[in-house]
Amino acid sequence: MLLASLVQPAFGLIFWMTLSFAIVFFLLAKFAWKPILKSLHEREQSIEDAIGEAKKAREEVAAMKAGNEELLREARAERDLMLKEARDIRDKEIAEAKGRAKAEGDALLARAREEIRNEKNAAITEMKNQVGELSIQVAERILREKLGDKAAQQALLDKVLKESDIRLS
Amino acid sequence: MLRAAFLSFCLLLAGWSLAQHEGHEGADAPDLADHSGKEKAEFNAGELIMGHIADEHGWHIAGDFSFPLPVIIYDTQRGLHVFSSARFEHGHAAYDGYMLHDGGIVAVDANGQVDEAATANIWDISITKNVASIFLIMVIMLLVFTSVARTYAKRAGKAPKGLQSLLEPLIIFVRDDVAKSAIGPKYMRFMPYLLTIFFVIFLANITGLIPIFPFGANLTGNIAITFTLAVFTFIVVTLNGNKNYWQHIFAMPGVPKWVLIILTPVEVLGVFLKPFVLMIRLFANMAAGHIIALSFFSLIFVFGATSAAVGYGVSVVSLAFTIFMTILDVLISFIQAYVFTFLSALYIGAALEEHHEHKESIV
Repeated sequence: MLLASLVQPAFGLIFWMTLSFAIVFFLLAKFAWKPILKSLHEREQSIEDAIGEAKKAREEVAAMKAGNEELLREARAERDLMLKEARDIRDKEIAEAKGRAKAEGDALLARAREEIRNEKNAAITEMKNQVGELSIQVAERILREKLGDKAAQQALLDKVLKESDIRLS
Repeated sequence: MLRAAFLSFCLLLAGWSLAQHEGHEGADAPDLADHSGKEKAEFNAGELIMGHIADEHGWHIAGDFSFPLPVIIYDTQRGLHVFSSARFEHGHAAYDGYMLHDGGIVAVDANGQVDEAATANIWDISITKNVASIFLIMVIMLLVFTSVARTYAKRAGKAPKGLQSLLEPLIIFVRDDVAKSAIGPKYMRFMPYLLTIFFVIFLANITGLIPIFPFGANLTGNIAITFTLAVFTFIVVTLNGNKNYWQHIFAMPGVPKWVLIILTPVEVLGVFLKPFVLMIRLFANMAAGHIIALSFFSLIFVFGATSAAVGYGVSVVSLAFTIFMTILDVLISFIQAYVFTFLSALYIGAALEEHHEHKESIV
């Protein structure tokens, strides 16, 4: 009897269960499930969006980093180029300066040599003039003192000439 | 397998106790609770178990104390009657021509004899223990989920907190692993229904395991409750069945005409069998869980009746098994709520399935 009642649905229970379940279902559907599912969906959407945005931002940063590196590399290359150019210019200038200095030195030297030669020539000329003058003075003195003795005169002239020749050679 | 063995053993025990009870009945007065009896009231495991599993007018709490509940009877002859279940005095007294008999209300004549003809006129919609439990669960459902819904509105876009974070995994579980996988792209329309049955069954299962007032009513182990839930699923499936679904029932495509004579009745039977199986599965699982736990518990008193020492000895083992069964029932509470919801979703999914080409044909 008791076992039979276990598998026999009671009318009252079915009645109340149907009624309360239906009411609760409609109330929950309207006031609980709908807002809950909606906000769950919205939150998931926003999380997904946030993840997407974060990924995008990360990619942007990576791209920026790559750009920076590119810039840095370019700058470095440019710097290297500039340094090289500067070095070249300096070398060239040094070489030019050296060349110029050498040429100037050479020119100076040549001028000095020229001057020396000129001076020397002038000195020689002057000396020749002085020798001539001296010989004239000697000749004068000889003439003045020993005009009498022809042999002595000749000897003296020879001797003077000889002496001046030795001095000049 | 283990469970089946336990169950058969316990039913055997219960049956044996019942047989004893029946034997007594012939000689003695039908009410065992009569304490004016000669000896001590004999312990009857079958009655104890059935008493805990069955519904009752008035909520028995402890000893002789029952919490009275309203009795509502609609008598097609005598109209509506509403009075307290305390009037029946635990089945000892008749009131207004009605009396409790074997847990149900019967009409009695002036001599206190059951009037079968008048009993047939009674529609008993009393607020019984189970009905009160239904109300309690429904109130809990409403309070909990409207409050959680408010939390969702208040904390929009933020991480879940408190009760919300406790229930959110379950809600997402029902959505992703039940509705989405079983129904497909149109799952959102059925989410409210699936969530409601899942949480009603889960809550009813769990509260049924708590043996303290106001819980402990064996709701989902009552066939009327599972019947109602199965009928709801049946209605949802039937209302949403598309052309393809009905075609597969009444005229399975790709099958020779003469086979349909056999196949169509089978398919039509299947339409009713599906909710029927839903009803039986939940009912049997929960009722069996209660019966087993209570049977182990009863063993203490069955052995205690022979000797107090044996009773104490057995109590250790019994208690361990009762605790084990109760913990197992917690797991089963969840699994059965899941299974009922998942199968409902599966049936809805089958009703919504669109036509696809059948390559194979039975010849």
